Amino acid sequence: MSAVLTTPLAAAPRSEGVWRTAWRRFRGDRVGMVSLAIVAAFLVLILLSATRLVASSWQREVGVPNAPPTLLGPRPPEDLGTIEVPKGPNVDLSDVDPLAPKYKEWAERAAKMKTEEIPRAQTLPLGGDRLGRDVLAKTIKGTEISVFVGVLASLLATGIGTLLGAFAGFFGRKADDFLEWLYNVFTAVPDILLIFAFAAVFGRGIGTVVLILGLTGWAGVYRQVRAEFIKHRGREYVRAAEAIGASTGSRMFRHILPNVSHVILVRMSLLVVGFIKAEVILSYLGLGVPVDQVSWGTMLAEAQAELILGYWWQLAAATLFMAVFVTAFSLMADAWRDALDPRLRGAE
Amino acid sequence: MSAYLLRRLWQMVPTLIGVVLLVWLLFKYFGADPAVILGGLNATQEQVAAIRQQLGLDQAWYVQLGIYLKQIVTFDWGRSWATNEAVSNLFATRLPATLTVMVPILILDTLLSIPVALGVAYVRGSLTDRTLMIVTTVALSISFLVYIIVGQYLFGFQLGWFPVQGWSDSTWTNLTTFVPLPVMLAVLVGISPQTRLYRSFFLDELGHDYVRTARAKGMKEDTVLFKHVLRNAMIPILTNVGYNLPGIFVGSFLIEVFFSIPGLGREVLLAVNRSDYPVIQAATVYLAMLTMLINLATDLLYKVVDPRVVLK
Repeated sequence: MSAVLTTPLAAAPRSEGVWRTAWRRFRGDRVGMVSLAIVAAFLVLILLSATRLVASSWQREVGVPNAPPTLLGPRPPEDLGTIEVPKGPNVDLSDVDPLAPKYKEWAERAAKMKTEEIPRAQTLPLGGDRLGRDVLAKTIKGTEISVFVGVLASLLATGIGTLLGAFAGFFGRKADDFLEWLYNVFTAVPDILLIFAFAAVFGRGIGTVVLILGLTGWAGVYRQVRAEFIKHRGREYVRAAEAIGASTGSRMFRHILPNVSHVILVRMSLLVVGFIKAEVILSYLGLGVPVDQVSWGTMLAEAQAELILGYWWQLAAATLFMAVFVTAFSLMADAWRDALDPRLRGAE
Repeated sequence: MSAYLLRRLWQMVPTLIGVVLLVWLLFKYFGADPAVILGGLNATQEQVAAIRQQLGLDQAWYVQLGIYLKQIVTFDWGRSWATNEAVSNLFATRLPATLTVMVPILILDTLLSIPVALGVAYVRGSLTDRTLMIVTTVALSISFLVYIIVGQYLFGFQLGWFPVQGWSDSTWTNLTTFVPLPVMLAVLVGISPQTRLYRSFFLDELGHDYVRTARAKGMKEDTVLFKHVLRNAMIPILTNVGYNLPGIFVGSFLIEVFFSIPGLGREVLLAVNRSDYPVIQAATVYLAMLTMLINLATDLLYKVVDPRVVLK
C-alpha cells in the first residue's frame, strides 16, 4: 500500500537546488577552478600554521642577519677594515682596575650558566630578515594572520550588515527609516577617516583591527540584504510560511535568509579582499597588528628600510604571497558570483 | 530647482546630526579619558582634575554635548592638544599641500582611464581586452604600499629621476619637482580599478539599441563612440568621480606619509597616533559635510550632462 503511494512522489524529479546548480556552473569555469585550488592550498598552509605544524618557530633567529636566499648563495665575506689588530700580550691593569678582584668570581658564575651557540645558517630558502629570522616561515605566519584578519573582519561586517539589512527590509517603516539613517551616517564619512577615528579610540591589536574593519565595512552588505529582503518578504513562500504559523524570526532567518544567502556569500568574499588590503595598510601605519606578531603589513614596513640596503627578499616574499592569494581569491569570488547569480555576469 | 536644492539641504540635517552623535559617542564612551591623555605620564590627580574642569568634562553629559555642538556650529574647535595650533589654522595650512597632490591624481586618473576603458570595451573579448583584464587583476592584488616602496626606491633612489621626498613653499616647485613621482605612482595604482569600472559602463552602453541604430544609419565609429556612447556613459562615470572626490580632501595619507608632504591626511594620521581628539573630530565632521555637498553637486551635474534627468 505504502509502496503504491510513494512511487509517484519518488518519480517526480526533485528540482536541482541553487547550490548544486551553482557548483555545476562553477566547475565549468576553468579560471574559477584553478583559483579555488590555489585558495584551498593557501587555506591548508594557514591551517598547518595555525595548528603550529609549520612556521611555529618563526621568531627563532636561525640565519645570519639579512641572510640571502639560497639561490643567490652566501654573501661574500666583508673586508674587515684597515685598523690593525694590536699584537703582543695584554697590559696588566689589575692594580688600578677596581673590578679586578671580581673577575674570578664572575668567571666562575658564568661557567655555571649554560649558553648554547646556535649555528647560524649563511643562507635561508627565501633569505632572512635583519635579525636572521627565516623569511619563509615569517611569510607563512604573516599569511595566517593577514588572511585570518580579513576573513574574520568580513564575517563580522557581513553579520552586522545581514542582521540590520534583514530587519530594515523585512519590517520596513520605522525600522527601515532608522536603519537607513544609520546607513547614511556611516557612508557620509569617508571610509579611511572612519577607520582612523575608530582606531584612535579602540587602540591597537589584532582583535581591534577585526573590530574596526567589521564595524566600518558593513554598509554595502546591509544595502544589498535589505533590497533582497524587500523583494522576498511579499513572495508566496513567505506568505505560505506565515499562513502555517511560522514566527517572524523563523520567516526571516529560516525561510528568506537561505534564499538570499548566495548574494551574501558573494558580497562577503569581495569584502575579504578589501579587508586584507586594509589590514596591510593599517599594520604598516602601526595601527594594526602589534610588533610581536607578523603580518604582510608589518613585513612590508620592515622591507622599506631593507630595500635601501639591497635586501629585497622580504619585500618580494610578502608581495608574492599576497599577490597570489589576493588574485586567486578575487578571481574565485568573480567565478562564484557568475555561478551563483548569472544575472550579474560581466558586471563589476 | 531651488525647491529641490532646499529639500536636499534639509535632508542632510538628520544625517549630519547622526555623524555628530556618532563621533561624540565614539570618543566619549570608547575613547580614553582626554584629561589623562593631556596631562601626560607624570600628571598628578589634581592636575588631571584641573584639566577635566577646564575642558568641561566634569559637567553633565548634555552640557558636554552642548559645548561640542557649539564648537561645530561656530567652526571653533579650539586648539590641537598636541601642538596647541588652532584646528582651523591647521586645516587651512595643510589643505593646499593635499590638493596640490590629489587634484592632478584625480584628473589624470579619470582622463587616462576613460579612453583606455572605451578602447578595451570596443574590442571586447579580444586578446588585448583579456590581457588587460588579467593585468589589472594582478595589479589590483598588489598592495599600494609595494608600489610606493618600489617606486620610491627605483625612480627616486636608483635612477634619481625625482627627489625621493620633500616639499617647498612654492606651489610651482612642488608641482614640477616633488609632485610628479607620487602622482605617477598613485595614477599607476588608481588606473586599474577605474579602467575596469568604466569598461563595464561602456560595455553596458554598447549593448543598447541606439548604438545599433547609429551604426545602421552609417555613422562613423568615432562618432558612435565619442558622441553617443561616451555621453551616455557619463552618468555612472560622474557618480564614480563624485564618489572619489571627498577622498581628495583627506588626501591619500599613505602618499603624504611616504613623501613627507605636509598635508591633511598625514596630519589626521598624526592626530590618531597622538590621540589628538579635536583634530580627528573636526576632520570627521567636516569631511562628512563636504561629502554630502559633493553628492548634491554630482546630482546637479547629472542634469547638465543628461537633460532627460528630472531632479525631484
